[in-house]
Amino acid sequence: MTDSKYFTTTKKGEIFELKAELNSDKKEKKKEAVKKVIASMTVGKDVSALFPDVVNCMQTDNLELKKLVYLYLMNYAKSQPDMAIMAVNTFVKDCEDLNPLIRALAVRTMGCIRVDKITEYLCEPLRKCLKDEDPYVRKTAAVCVAKLHDINAQLVEDQGFLDTLKDLISDSNPMVVANAVAALSEIAESHPNSNLLDLNPQTINKLLTALNECTEWGQIFILDCLASYLPRDDRESQSICERVTPRLSHANSAVVLSAVKVLMKFMEMLPKDLDYYGTLLKKLAPPLVTLLSAEPELQYVALRNINLIVQKRPEILKHEMKVFFVKYNDPIYVKLEKLDIMIRLASQANIAQVLAELKEYATEVDVDFVRKAVRAIGRCAIKVEQSAERCVSTLLDLIQTKVNYVVQEAIVVIKDIFRKYPNKYESVIATLCENLDSLDEPEARAAMIWIVGEYAERIDNADELLESFLEGFHDESTQVQLQLLTAIVKLFLKKPTETQELVQQVLSLATQDSDNPDLRDRGYIYWRLLSTDPVAAKEVVLAEKPLISEETDLIEPTLLEELICHIGTLASVYHKPPSAFVEGSRGVQHKRLPPRAGSGESTESPDVGQSGPSEAPPAVIPSQGDLLGDLLNLDLAPPTATVPSVQPSMQMGAMDLLGGGLDSLMGAGLGAAPAAMPASLGGAPAVGGGLGDLFDLGGGVGMPTGSYVAPKTVWLLAMKAKGLEISGTFARRGGIIQMDLSLTNKAMSVMTDFAIQFNRNSFGLAPAGPLQVLTPLSPNQTIDVSLPLSTSGPVMKMEPLNNLQVIYPPTK
Amino acid sequence: MIGGLFIYNHKGEVLISRVYRDDIGRNAVDAFRVNVIHARQQVRSPVTNIARTSFFHVKRSNIWLAAVTKQNVNAAMVFEFLYKMCDVMTAYFGKISEENIKNNFVLIYELLDEILDFGYPQNSETGALKTFITQQGIKGQHQTKEEQSQITSQVTGQIGWRREGIKYRRNELFLDVLESVNLLMSPQGQVLSAHVSGRVVMKSYLSGMPECKFGMNDKIVIDKQGKGGTTDEPGKSELGGSGKQSIAIDDCTFHQCVRLSKFDSERSISFIPPDGEYELMRYRTTKDIILPFRVIPLVREVGRTKLEVKVVIKSNFKPSLLAQKIEVRIPTPLNTSGVQVICMKGKAKYKASENAIVWKIKRMAGMKESQISAEIELLPTNDKKKWARPPISMNFEVPFAPSGLKVRYLKVFESKLNYSDHDVIKWVRYIGRSGIYETRC
Repeated sequence: MTDSKYFTTTKKGEIFELKAELNSDKKEKKKEAVKKVIASMTVGKDVSALFPDVVNCMQTDNLELKKLVYLYLMNYAKSQPDMAIMAVNTFVKDCEDLNPLIRALAVRTMGCIRVDKITEYLCEPLRKCLKDEDPYVRKTAAVCVAKLHDINAQLVEDQGFLDTLKDLISDSNPMVVANAVAALSEIAESHPNSNLLDLNPQTINKLLTALNECTEWGQIFILDCLASYLPRDDRESQSICERVTPRLSHANSAVVLSAVKVLMKFMEMLPKDLDYYGTLLKKLAPPLVTLLSAEPELQYVALRNINLIVQKRPEILKHEMKVFFVKYNDPIYVKLEKLDIMIRLASQANIAQVLAELKEYATEVDVDFVRKAVRAIGRCAIKVEQSAERCVSTLLDLIQTKVNYVVQEAIVVIKDIFRKYPNKYESVIATLCENLDSLDEPEARAAMIWIVGEYAERIDNADELLESFLEGFHDESTQVQLQLLTAIVKLFLKKPTETQELVQQVLSLATQDSDNPDLRDRGYIYWRLLSTDPVAAKEVVLAEKPLISEETDLIEPTLLEELICHIGTLASVYHKPPSAFVEGSRGVQHKRLPPRAGSGESTESPDVGQSGPSEAPPAVIPSQGDLLGDLLNLDLAPPTATVPSVQPSMQMGAMDLLGGGLDSLMGAGLGAAPAAMPASLGGAPAVGGGLGDLFDLGGGVGMPTGSYVAPKTVWLLAMKAKGLEISGTFARRGGIIQMDLSLTNKAMSVMTDFAIQFNRNSFGLAPAGPLQVLTPLSPNQTIDVSLPLSTSGPVMKMEPLNNLQVIYPPTK
Repeated sequence: MIGGLFIYNHKGEVLISRVYRDDIGRNAVDAFRVNVIHARQQVRSPVTNIARTSFFHVKRSNIWLAAVTKQNVNAAMVFEFLYKMCDVMTAYFGKISEENIKNNFVLIYELLDEILDFGYPQNSETGALKTFITQQGIKGQHQTKEEQSQITSQVTGQIGWRREGIKYRRNELFLDVLESVNLLMSPQGQVLSAHVSGRVVMKSYLSGMPECKFGMNDKIVIDKQGKGGTTDEPGKSELGGSGKQSIAIDDCTFHQCVRLSKFDSERSISFIPPDGEYELMRYRTTKDIILPFRVIPLVREVGRTKLEVKVVIKSNFKPSLLAQKIEVRIPTPLNTSGVQVICMKGKAKYKASENAIVWKIKRMAGMKESQISAEIELLPTNDKKKWARPPISMNFEVPFAPSGLKVRYLKVFESKLNYSDHDVIKWVRYIGRSGIYETRC
């Protein structure tokens, strides 16, 4: 049988031919014709015109033909709902068939036909099938409830299918249990607050029993469901862990990862001094390592998850560095992930080996990989002090290769090393300067300029070097321009005599010839600082810099906790919460790790417990960009009013300004805040915009409080938000920041139940009270509300800094 | 869960498309083709997110299999399922190729209907599937009621991998211990990393529903028995294997037929085997590995246009054993213009298309040594970038298990039928192969 011939029919008028064949008396011919139809459907041709003819073939006792017709029905029923009704009778009849395979086929297919009228007829057969004597039919019916719920949730509730589904958790057949669990979990996801799954010790026990007996896939459904259970105490938690650990030896990696998820989550509740806690930690390492001998795609999933696990519990894999060494033939995505984990696991104990490997990698072919390897060498230097010297000499060797991107990457990391260990490795500056001309990437140029400015006093020709950059000032990227400006000011402060002209030049380039507000702002700050008080200028510009963190790209702790609850899933692969890539209500609930039970540690927050009491939680630089997926992206202030930071190229600089700086700014104190900020706003009123009204800068700086309120602008267009238009502005009244909103209903129906939520933002803004919208908003009505805001919310640096995300879900 | 499953040929034409969920539209088929199959650069990730739709793909020869979803699915499960799907297709019609897929598209749709329901993977054991889905159309029209319920109870049952009523005249089983030994060695001969990943593959032709028990020289078991001094030590190394010493197994995973809870508590491996060939277990060891070969490279750059390479290989196992299919692959720079090779044993050839000297030796006994030397002429280049010397890799096959694993026993109990453990004919074979066996130079 060569069915491939069905793929090659491209004649004109074939629809008519097919029609004739479908209505043929001969069974064989009919079957052939249906096959052709399916083949055309596969390649994307529209064969919906044949609907009645195909449905006519349904009444047959040939099972193969029947299945083909069903396949067609599933595809086209939605576009021909009235015609689809013709099929109902056959379905209902098939659900009564003596053969369980046919009963199951009918109920399975019926659930896939997403036509409202059909679903009504589905209820009775489904009810029977859920209680069928044959487990094959029951397991199919269980999934069918989830299908029906997806089409018509209300119907499922009204018909009491949810209770029947719950009863199936106690079924004698493990596969029925597994499918019932899967269906219930899915339905529960779209009802975040219903207690649908209603997990209690008895049901958990049933699930654990079924876990030993069902198929590999069923085990995954059950484990994933178990992970959402919250044990009552550490004893229960331990007993579940004990019964889940055997799954770590399963051949199916997904079973292993789901078991790891359950264990990682429930471990949270075990007291750390418990023997079992240590045993469990030891048991987790080998299966994780074994995952790395799976196929590359699975290795990738495993590595992304291990990246999370290593951040949460570094002790599990700390001795397993070697398995993450990159193999020459690994696919690039595996290589890059392995490298990430190597950096995380690098410690004094294994640094020699790691460095030798990284050096090897830096000579490979793939550009991204080589860059990452070079960067990793720098990270090692910063992380393990003892190795810094070796790392620097390795980097210098690499610079000698003169491979363009290697050199650039090396210079970027050397800048960080200089910051971490001041006055130690400056002897290499000469070598760096030799490569000045080959740098063509903004990041590398900026890093080099920073180095020249920072060590201007030791570089004889620093002024010449910087001047050479100045020629093409306007063609440089902002990053380089800002860095150049700062570097020349530094140079001037260090060698005032011979560089006066240079500094004049750069200041005028930055303030007069540039369109970039950031650059202009910074130019003005420096200019005024230099002209009013050179001593203060020195204090500000040449101030001691804060330490840079040892780890980079750490995931923010709350997000990490959430991702740990999603081990094995897409969220753990993307390192993003499900709400960032899933539409609708599914997955929007945020999962959290359970609090630790047990004696002395109950007060300790779980993440501090993990990283060890001695370490302060490291400042986190979000690596994934902002967390998308929110309804609106608000720009807080007009773009001209960004907060100028002294060293934006250094990641920590900006963080510190916000962490320490804003509080004091708000309190009206000029003294405690970094001097540069108020000076900029006060001294350059041309650019002082929206921010000034928000944060009272204290009496000294000349802006009367609450004087200026920007006019409302439209933040959210109606078409993007199901008919709700929002415009608004920020104002300050009586010392309280308020968000003034105008809500307009441009939809056809009444809107009620408004609520508001602020995402973490740079300013720590959060609503101080609930949103007061008392009346339901009828179509075309507009109301104005004022929402008082506080700045006590969690702070997170956003890109750009003044980006504020607000979730504003009207429930209609 | 999985929203849809597509199969494409190398050009990106759809061969199979099955949509399970409403949120996946026809445009998803095209999105994957445009963004992944037709993408200019190399694949950077097996998971791609295009317009809030996630695509998981695997490639078999030049066929693409893609699973699509809009939800936060279990990613590991999706990949495991795709591999399983490939296994099932291979079991039905052999190699996964465009021709075979087109020829069997009706069958594939049937399988997809059976093993994925609303995107949830269902029983995908070929043994069970073949009882009611066949290439000659579906069985089931003319079955008796008993037959039908037997099928359904197998598909959903606790022992979904084996059907009842299997009968063989001769009860026989074959055990293959297949190991692949992986090595990464520094040019100085220091072992950077080495591990063995092994598989125990079993072919069983046994009647009824036999209960099997498998034993090997696992350190934990041997130590436990040593301490307890048990007298009823099960079947003393009856399947060969001198049982010299025990080995430390880092980790092992089992086929779903093995009772994992029993392994966890007693470390005994007991199971009812599927019929025919299947993989009983996989394991990994890192301690006391016998490295069958050592490669000693010597690369000398003579001026800018010449390289001298000398590679010595030493076999490191019993002289009575023979290694086979030995192949050493010595990479050469891209600007190689000519190569002269001298080797004492086997055949060596410079393959310009692969940028390597390939040295093949048919057989080599243990504790022997062999050498190759080559002169590589280079074209002068002004390429600044240095040649990134890839490692020297090696392939071979040896008739022992480099991990030291020995099968101690495999007992068969079938209480209902009248055959005993002694009546079963058992065969054991050890094969050690090279995995990624590399020496940097």
